[in-house]
Amino acid sequence: MTVSSTSHQQEHGRFITVMKDILARPSGRIGLTLVLFHILLALLSPSIAPYDFKLQNSSLMLSPPSSEHWLGADHLGRDILSRTLMGGREALLVTGIATPLAVIWGGFIGILFGLVGGRVDEVLMRVVDAFLSLPWILKMLVLIVTFGTGIGVLIPTLTFFYGIPVIRVARAATHDIIARDFVWAAKARGHSRISIIWRELLPNVLDTLMVEGAMRWSWMLLAFSSLSFLGFGVSPPTPDWGLMISDARGFMSFAPWGVIAPVIGLSSLIIGINLSADALAKALGIDRAQKAPM
Amino acid sequence: MLIRRVLLGGVTVCIVSLIIFAGVEMLPGDACTQFLGEYQADEELLAQCRKDLDLNRPPIDRFAEWTQGAITGDLGLAADGTTKISTIVGDRLKNSLLLAFCAMAVGIPLALLLGVVSGLWRDRLPDIIASTLAIFAMTIPEFVSATLLILVLSVWLGWLPGIVLTSAAAPASEFFPEILLPVIVLSFVMCAHIMRMVRSSVIDVMASDYVQMATLKGVPYWQMVFRHALPNALLPAINVVALTIAWLLGGVVVIEVVFNYPGLGRLMIDSISDRNLPVVQSIALIVASVYVCVNLAADLLTMIANPKLRTMYMRK
Repeated sequence: MTVSSTSHQQEHGRFITVMKDILARPSGRIGLTLVLFHILLALLSPSIAPYDFKLQNSSLMLSPPSSEHWLGADHLGRDILSRTLMGGREALLVTGIATPLAVIWGGFIGILFGLVGGRVDEVLMRVVDAFLSLPWILKMLVLIVTFGTGIGVLIPTLTFFYGIPVIRVARAATHDIIARDFVWAAKARGHSRISIIWRELLPNVLDTLMVEGAMRWSWMLLAFSSLSFLGFGVSPPTPDWGLMISDARGFMSFAPWGVIAPVIGLSSLIIGINLSADALAKALGIDRAQKAPM
Repeated sequence: MLIRRVLLGGVTVCIVSLIIFAGVEMLPGDACTQFLGEYQADEELLAQCRKDLDLNRPPIDRFAEWTQGAITGDLGLAADGTTKISTIVGDRLKNSLLLAFCAMAVGIPLALLLGVVSGLWRDRLPDIIASTLAIFAMTIPEFVSATLLILVLSVWLGWLPGIVLTSAAAPASEFFPEILLPVIVLSFVMCAHIMRMVRSSVIDVMASDYVQMATLKGVPYWQMVFRHALPNALLPAINVVALTIAWLLGGVVVIEVVFNYPGLGRLMIDSISDRNLPVVQSIALIVASVYVCVNLAADLLTMIANPKLRTMYMRK
């Protein structure tokens, strides 16, 4: 967390400085490249995929890589290359919407209760602790089994549950910043409450929330693909890496390419997001706490 | 302070049980609609079933009864109305504990060793290899690393069985060697988290004033490392280890499914799919309590092990 910046121009200048800092680090360069590549791929894959992702061809069932089908075909004779290219679209769409929403609602509540403090804050934190002590998969599956799979359920569910840990982070950051000298200085200068919150507190908490958001994104992706893998995520024939790995696992002994292709797709995206998040945290000077997955 | 921590833990468990109970109550449908089938059941049968299962009483009454039972170890009956939940959950809990302890026995010592080594030789070859592997282990989904390990160790090399076929009620000894592959995956993942924490903590401590002082006073390097640096560097690790243990005891659902391991996680998934809500409630309560207890234990342990904190609370 650096000094609080106010005007639009400064904010713009800061963005460029932070970007430069990120790109100066190898982890930032590799990470951002991977993330951008995947976003482009998600946008363009429908037009560059060589075959229709749902086209089944029984004569090709589990066939090895060939000149027509570079990565072979799966157990229904569908082209693995096309499915792998398109396998991240659903995941990126869902997590791309749910991550900012989770950070916004969790951040808002966290800042609010951090400012209000007192009894209400104590009670809220106990509720947050209680939610965090339940395994994520249990919380999500109960909702998914009840309301069905599909984007319409997955996005709100992910948004809700991944916003809860953000509350804690935003609250801690708020507490940390309102005790800083520059906030005291603003108070001493006679600035109003609103102006202190808007011009001193928010810009600094936002840094923390950005890093938090980047980390939540990778965890959400992990959750999404795990749900797909378990059969609670996207429904077939939508191509999705988690589902593809789950489908191809049974044929791994004689058709390993069906597993390896989606594994590379999924891993490169998640590693890309993690590297970018690390670089962002370092560029913004935020000490990211080491946490176990939840 | 100590008592306050314990009380807060207790309050958290209470809120968890309330959330679990309320959450399950709010879901559409109940044990009877599930048990009798969603379509065939006529109103009369449903009413009879609800009466048999005591579902007509107000939720607060049933909540009180449920929590009372849970405290005394009686978790009630499963959704079929005949099986005792404690029998179903008991075997699975035993298997999950077995898996968790094996993974801890391998993972924690290895993580501490790797963390200290890569912290002391920061940015040298062992550190670079260990840290890169750790990034992979931490970021890649568990089902991916599990699948890849099955592919390499089981399918290609044929060294270990890739799937667990032992039944849930079998004694612990029968799970070997099938348990080895899940243990390897779990220790790989947990090792990465603990190792990263220990590494950064070792780096911090080695750069601290008192280590510099000890070096300047001529304390031999290894004596300084073992007597002054490590005890302090390993303190912050207690909390990560606790989080990892809590995760091992409740969150390894995906690993259990991949390896077909009959533990608590797979029972949870199966019960959710079958809408066996009483079982889901019980598992949620067990897992959440374990999480709170392990974290509490870690806080207390840190307090006892850290002389600074210890004296601070004594004075209070």
